[in-house]
Amino acid sequence: MARKSRKAGRRHPLATVVLIAIGLVVTGGGYAAFSSTTTASADTSSAASQSVIEEGEKLFASNCATCHGMDLAGTPDGPSLIGVGAAAVNFQVGTGRMPMAMQGPQALQKPAQFTDEQTAAMAAYVASISPGPAIPDESLLQADGDAANGGELFRVNCAMCHNVAGAGGALTEGKFAPELKGVLATHIYEAMLTGPQNMPVFNDDNLSPEDKRDIITYLKYIENNPSPGGNELGSLGPVAEGLFVWIFGLGAIIGLMVWLTAKSN
Amino acid sequence: MSTTIEHSETTDASAPPVRKGGGFTGAAANYLDERTSISGVVKEFGRKIFPDHWSFMLGEVALYSFVVIILSGTFLTFFFQASMVETHYDGSWVPLKGVEMSAAMESALHISFDVRGGLLVRQIHHWAALLFIAAIGLHMLRVFFTGAFRKPRELNWMIGFTLFVLAMAEGFTGYSLPDDLLSGNGLRIIDGLIKGLPVIGTWTSFLLFGGEFPGTQIVGRFYTLHILLLPAILVAALALHLVFVVVHKHTQFAGAGRTEKNVIGYPILPVYAAKAGGFFFLVFGVIVLMASFFTINPIWNYGPYDPSPVSAGTQPDWYIGFADGALRLIPPGLEFVWLNHTWSFNIIIPVVALVLLLLLVAIYPFVEGWVTGDKREHHILDRPRNTPTRTAIGAAGVTFYAGLWAAASSDLVATHFQLSIEGVIHVVQAWVVLGPFLAYFVTKRVCIALMKKDREIVLHGYESGRIVRLPGGEYIEVHEQVDDYERWRLVDYEVYEPIMVRPNAQGKITGAARLRARMSNWFFEDRIAPAQQSELGQGGHGHDDTPGEIEGGKGH
Amino acid sequence: MAHDEVSGHDTAASDSSAVEVSRGTSTGTAVIASDVVNPGEPPHRHRITDTDPKEAKKAARSVYTLFYLSIAGSIFALAAYMAFPIEDGSINAIRLNTLFIGVGSALGLFGIGLGAVHWGKALMYDKEGIDERHPVQGTPETRARAVEIFDEADRESGFGRRTLIRNSLIGAIIAFPLPGLVLFRGLAPQDQDPVELLSHTMWKKGDRLTLDPSGIPVKASDVTIGSVFHIIPEGLNERHDKLEQKAKAAVLLMRLNPKDLNISEGREGWSYDGIVAYSKICTHVGCPVALYEQQTHHLLCPCHQSTFDVVNECEVIFGPAKRPLPQLPIEVDSEGYLVAQSDFHEPVGPSFWERT
Repeated sequence: MARKSRKAGRRHPLATVVLIAIGLVVTGGGYAAFSSTTTASADTSSAASQSVIEEGEKLFASNCATCHGMDLAGTPDGPSLIGVGAAAVNFQVGTGRMPMAMQGPQALQKPAQFTDEQTAAMAAYVASISPGPAIPDESLLQADGDAANGGELFRVNCAMCHNVAGAGGALTEGKFAPELKGVLATHIYEAMLTGPQNMPVFNDDNLSPEDKRDIITYLKYIENNPSPGGNELGSLGPVAEGLFVWIFGLGAIIGLMVWLTAKSN
Repeated sequence: MSTTIEHSETTDASAPPVRKGGGFTGAAANYLDERTSISGVVKEFGRKIFPDHWSFMLGEVALYSFVVIILSGTFLTFFFQASMVETHYDGSWVPLKGVEMSAAMESALHISFDVRGGLLVRQIHHWAALLFIAAIGLHMLRVFFTGAFRKPRELNWMIGFTLFVLAMAEGFTGYSLPDDLLSGNGLRIIDGLIKGLPVIGTWTSFLLFGGEFPGTQIVGRFYTLHILLLPAILVAALALHLVFVVVHKHTQFAGAGRTEKNVIGYPILPVYAAKAGGFFFLVFGVIVLMASFFTINPIWNYGPYDPSPVSAGTQPDWYIGFADGALRLIPPGLEFVWLNHTWSFNIIIPVVALVLLLLLVAIYPFVEGWVTGDKREHHILDRPRNTPTRTAIGAAGVTFYAGLWAAASSDLVATHFQLSIEGVIHVVQAWVVLGPFLAYFVTKRVCIALMKKDREIVLHGYESGRIVRLPGGEYIEVHEQVDDYERWRLVDYEVYEPIMVRPNAQGKITGAARLRARMSNWFFEDRIAPAQQSELGQGGHGHDDTPGEIEGGKGH
Repeated sequence: MAHDEVSGHDTAASDSSAVEVSRGTSTGTAVIASDVVNPGEPPHRHRITDTDPKEAKKAARSVYTLFYLSIAGSIFALAAYMAFPIEDGSINAIRLNTLFIGVGSALGLFGIGLGAVHWGKALMYDKEGIDERHPVQGTPETRARAVEIFDEADRESGFGRRTLIRNSLIGAIIAFPLPGLVLFRGLAPQDQDPVELLSHTMWKKGDRLTLDPSGIPVKASDVTIGSVFHIIPEGLNERHDKLEQKAKAAVLLMRLNPKDLNISEGREGWSYDGIVAYSKICTHVGCPVALYEQQTHHLLCPCHQSTFDVVNECEVIFGPAKRPLPQLPIEVDSEGYLVAQSDFHEPVGPSFWERT
């Protein structure tokens, strides 16, 4: 369907814009697929070699153990990591949330501090100490599931915090649910599976792996199909629309009114 | 008709005074007049004068948005199905394919995705609605702050207020029609609000929804209200509103040549027709541009209504925001069981507060009229600074409303400025309680300061910024005297002296008289009287057209 | 200038000679106005288009160019309607259809608007006109005649004199709409009582807790610590009044560390090994309270920010709600599935007058 519209689009002036947008999406998606492939394969090869685990242990000791403890049992500054699994490490470190810059209402997303290999090594180390959710299988991350089922599940399980369009929302005491646009499929999956920070856990009995795949499909669909109505104003709903109409709509009209009633030179 | 327009020596060369006696136009006009006596209407209104000021166009923005709403809304009715019958979606939007939803939602999606230009019209309709109510609000503020509601226009203020309320009702019913998740949760809030009202709540909700919430009736009922009953009342009230504008003739700001007994401006034909007529297309154009470039109400994201899900950032359209904000601001714990009934003060307080706010807006002209005791007609507008107390009351009201409005977006404020929801709510609670007093005080002082400045300018002219050294070595700043026209604009206002308590015919001092005297004192105790001719004389310069006044610099 | 320093009281009143005080406004109001003379209208200023024929020509050219542009815009919109079909269902096609029809129409509108206004401003004769105002009230003769008409009508009909006729008519006019009003009772079913309906949900003993929206039953072992399950009663999806029932029966299921839960007397048996079920419908105005924070155990309502503490049986810790969320007593059946012990022990959702 997307290809069809691309062809149709070439005939008119916006073709370039559309082409660039599609190009970006394709490269971005390709890159995302590529980078998640490397992490996943590094870990899911169940015989995660001893050397990788050792490297992970070193990285853990120097970067994580201060808060989480040498034995992963946690300290007053950080929770226990026993049983969190490789998925949690890949999510927390891969999105830059860990290591934390400072204690606050919640760990914030920032540029990842480690390479994919280093992240994978730490994930392998944590998983080797005690088993937990593994990094999801590549086949579930292709955004090729049932977007309608995903949308329905998203509205029931996720939209109250993350907003129906994944624009994010407020939680109590300064915490918030982040925006989901531009988040890698792996990280979305891992977040559902492990329930990072205050997000609840959605285990496979609650949302089956196929359900999670469908949710990712839905999110990627709305990400790749921008609103047919035009700029979404941040998908924030009536507040953004109201501010827009007051500032820009009425603003433009008042400008016209002043011109209209000013005496001509 | 008493309109006079002098055609001086510069008669427009491109409009030679040719009489068109014959031709098709003449014949058609003749045909019409013989059957309708329309020439009388043209004679009466064709050259009617309307004064020019940008703020006088706000009401027109509302009128024109309404026309756009009717045009786009009529188109939408041809496709929309106001039914809550369950159906399964099978249109172009993949993420809803096969999802169960009401026929209303399905047809709204059909308009958006499967009718060419349908989404554009839907967006035009919704943007125009937001603009309609915003323009009404701004128009009311203009009328309030310039005192245009005074005699003889108090009743027209009430009609305008009715239009404002009707517009909000139109907006809310329209917002609910697509039966999407966002509007459904909005309805759920209304349902909860109604249920919380003492005595009538439970049954009102039961009757409104035709049984339990959400039921299968509400969309059809709102549709009847939205496209039939409310628009019919709205159009009638609008017509009455405009009739009164014609009867009263438009107000004008003070200015040279302008008096309470005349109105200076452009005639309907041709200048006003060109400008106001053109303005309709401009307003329409702005709305269409917004609708082409900016998504509004993406119901396909919201999905069909289901009582279990909800979206973060669930808010009503902006004009209902003040009510939503009022609900959010109530501190915990205000609900009691008393006399075997539940008293939900967390609902009663905001509802009463909002009703009082609206009531106060509605009756303000009568309150002020009673306080001033002024029974004269007013056609010259007040500059807001010249009525400090009224302007300050208005500023306090705006601050209160803005606080409620801000509260309705507390969650978005929190996420976008990295604050906590609780903190935002607490700040807005303080704002709503203290802000109006602060706004009142500051505005009043600013108005009085501006009046003083005006008086200073009238008496001593503008500071020109030119510093001159006198032969004696003293430095002075040259003041430019204002011309007669500008001076008139600055002095043409009135102030009232507070009413004194006096006994009535029976020799008694009534409580009402006391209250009135106290309110009059509150309104008019602080005032700056307009400059008098004698004061201008004292300054040694009246109409003698001295180009610049020289005054000692030390005095300033 | 001593005057300027006095803000508390009227500055000019002391100059009684200079003040025009009119006390004739019926109630003793003193109005102070300036006695400066209105200088009359300022001289008319000519526009550049009045004095320079070249400029006038230029303005005329702008006006008709704008009108032609408008025609072009409208034609563009027509062409866009045909050139950008949406029937293939692609979202991008809908975007382009909306955009180009809109842009063309907007140009069509702006062309007319800008052209007409420019015409009016720059080319039409611009000397302002003056209308005289007259008091809004009718002339004394008209008013006198109106009063006379009413008097005559009263005399001829006897409306004021025949009080029995008049009063009975007023009574009849008050009474006749009443049957019409009563008809509106039919807006809701006659055989139902809202108080009764609001007091119960469809939960009953032994109903399995199932996933929203799929209806798959949930086992206690499925619910791990930190999870939240959105729950509907077994059999809800088959009911014809699905949405009405769901609006009352929706439940949130969470598992906490049993040590963390503060359980009050009488509710000891309502949870199962740290698994608790609470109504999802806010006790404020009924939004779904669905934002569960697994570490702080707060439940937040996204509509008005009421916050409930799951650890303390969902008592309100912030926001406008007063009552805790009602708890659904649950247990485990022989197959390990979670089931309800009974309905909620109190009405769920927003408060209502008859609730006690």
